[in-house]
Amino acid sequence: MNIPPAYVLTLSGILFALGVIGVLIRRNAIVIFMSIELMLNSANLAFIAFARALAPAQEALRGHVFVFFVIAVAASEVAVGLALIVAIFRSKESIDVDEVSSLRG
Amino acid sequence: MTIDLVLFFGLALIAVVAAIAMIASRNAVYSALFLVFNFLTVATLYLLLNAAFIAVVQVTVYAGAIMVLFLFVIMLLGTERESIGGRIRWQMPLSIVLGLALAGELAYVLLRNDIVQGPLADLTVEFGSPASIGRVLFNEYLVPFEVTSILLLVAMIGAIVITRKQREEGK
Repeated sequence: MNIPPAYVLTLSGILFALGVIGVLIRRNAIVIFMSIELMLNSANLAFIAFARALAPAQEALRGHVFVFFVIAVAASEVAVGLALIVAIFRSKESIDVDEVSSLRG
Repeated sequence: MTIDLVLFFGLALIAVVAAIAMIASRNAVYSALFLVFNFLTVATLYLLLNAAFIAVVQVTVYAGAIMVLFLFVIMLLGTERESIGGRIRWQMPLSIVLGLALAGELAYVLLRNDIVQGPLADLTVEFGSPASIGRVLFNEYLVPFEVTSILLLVAMIGAIVITRKQREEGK
């Protein structure tokens, strides 16, 4: 198990950038939300890579614990976010982010 | 080139291709399935990085629970199709160029850093096992753990309150 941490961090950075591209170019609110999940996941990958790099030290396990918390927060975020999307769909009949412009003057 | 590196590059390729397919699919259901694929690939990477417990949590919570919720909402609303072409014509090419520039700069900076020098230490099975993570979680991080349970409860209540049908007023 000897993968240089820099390679894993690079993969995590590339996945993060792909998530950013997804948020910018898609207009379906659910797909935008999934791209945000991709970004969260790439951050988790970076945490695990750093934990592996600092490994035998007991403090390295804090990286794993942090990923655990990130996953829990992501789960609650998804519950509230999808509820918001359902509520927006009820009033607008669409979840295209270009259509949701009620606040525009 | 060791077998680990071959495995890593294979998994990295699959993860990146799945992510690209996710943001490029016109149908939101395909996007969700490609994202599940990406999560499973990353879970395998966690196994390669001695994070067995996190790998299983990733599969059950992320690829299982969260993505089922996504698929459920996509199919409930029936909005998997998306009209092509945004209102701002130059937005998509500009976003792709800027995003690829970000990816390139991140890759450059991360590849030339020197956080860890020399070979990594050999680890026992104990590292990253449920027992070792539980020990850290319940000794050092007991309060955040309890706060997380409150957060999940609040999120649950919030989801119910937001999606509840508004009662007609003034009747």
